[in-house]
Amino acid sequence: MKGMTIIVKKTTQLIAGMIFMYGIYVIAHGHLTPGGGFAGGVIIAGAFILVTLAFGSDFFKLLKKEMGTTIVESLATIIVVLIGSAGFLFGTNVFFNNFLPKGIVGNLVSAGTLPLYNIFVGMEVAASIFIIFLSLIIFKEESPK
Amino acid sequence: MITYVLCFILFLVGMYGVITMRNLVKIAISLSIMEFSTFLFFALLGYIDGGVAPIVNPADPNKIYVDPLPQALVLTAIVIGLATTALLMAVIIRLYRKYGTFDIREIKNLRG
Amino acid sequence: MELAISVILGFMILGALYSIHAKDLLSAVITCGIVGYGCVLCFLLLKAPDLAIVQIVVESINLIIMVAVVLDSSREESYSKLDRQGYVSAITVFVLMAVLLYFFTVSARSLDVLGKSTLRMAGPYIEGAAAKTGSANLVTGVVFDFRGYDTMGEAVVLVTAVLGVLTILRLKGKK
Repeated sequence: MKGMTIIVKKTTQLIAGMIFMYGIYVIAHGHLTPGGGFAGGVIIAGAFILVTLAFGSDFFKLLKKEMGTTIVESLATIIVVLIGSAGFLFGTNVFFNNFLPKGIVGNLVSAGTLPLYNIFVGMEVAASIFIIFLSLIIFKEESPK
Repeated sequence: MITYVLCFILFLVGMYGVITMRNLVKIAISLSIMEFSTFLFFALLGYIDGGVAPIVNPADPNKIYVDPLPQALVLTAIVIGLATTALLMAVIIRLYRKYGTFDIREIKNLRG
Repeated sequence: MELAISVILGFMILGALYSIHAKDLLSAVITCGIVGYGCVLCFLLLKAPDLAIVQIVVESINLIIMVAVVLDSSREESYSKLDRQGYVSAITVFVLMAVLLYFFTVSARSLDVLGKSTLRMAGPYIEGAAAKTGSANLVTGVVFDFRGYDTMGEAVVLVTAVLGVLTILRLKGKK
């Protein structure tokens, strides 16, 4: 699949980094402002899809990206379940116990394990949506005409 | 009550598309329309007149907040809707490559 | 508020009706975006900013995937005559829709006017949430702390759907 014209390529080079940073900001401040893990994750996936669409698939080695992305997604899901079951060790026998100290409402470092959940769920959602898009492109490339 | 009835009419339009259409892509579009009407109905249930968005400002704590529970349920449902639509599209593109048509009656007759 | 949401819902119904009956498949897919982006306006009017952010990006990705599937084929729908089987199914659907609409109208009279009623768990969740979870965003506190099981279930459903897509769209096996 060929890329797009040179205007689109130059604009993507300028903007894609800012979209990625905005996604990380929405994930990190998920317990203070609207947003959270799911919103930030889909924004990061949108930045990756934009770069792949603008430059075309001849430009990257897509199969290596697909293998690396599946590893990221599986690891993030396993870590979410591990943090949830770590509530067994500290405190009562309750799943998803919020066991880290809670702090003052409104600070960046507050609300126990919530920022950790936000980060790993965001990574997993971004990896899932990017894998769906990549497998569609690889299918179109590999199929015989 | 008029908004609840209009939401249900949107759901019925989607159901009409799923039952009577013969093209696979239009069946997938109608399924997506049915999902959107359900999200809107949930968000309508939780609205309170004169409420603000549910973000607590620590300097000014006593206000009327909109109910956060239906919003939490819809938040995960939106992403799951995307995943199921993508899975349906993958099956559709494989069927097109094998049979050459999007029509469900011809695919049923071929029985390859 | 009711008037604004009713007008936007009216546009969404018209857009959905056009999208189902369009002759060209690419027009049908793009007109499906009316329903999605109208939902974003309704979410902003109902004071739900988290949902608006997620819905606008997910709708764009949905449109990209559908256009990628449609552009791969011939884009027309080449049959539109109703034969006998089509008539039977159309009449059945209209009778079913009339019955369902009547019963829904009867049972929606037990719902209160828009904006005046509260659900049962609204009070306990709002009062205790900022102190018990420590987060200023109440929706994040409910999603990850009070309802953590649902979030774990959602993560597992996403992994399963991606597993299904990878299995279906794989042409060459490993050597």
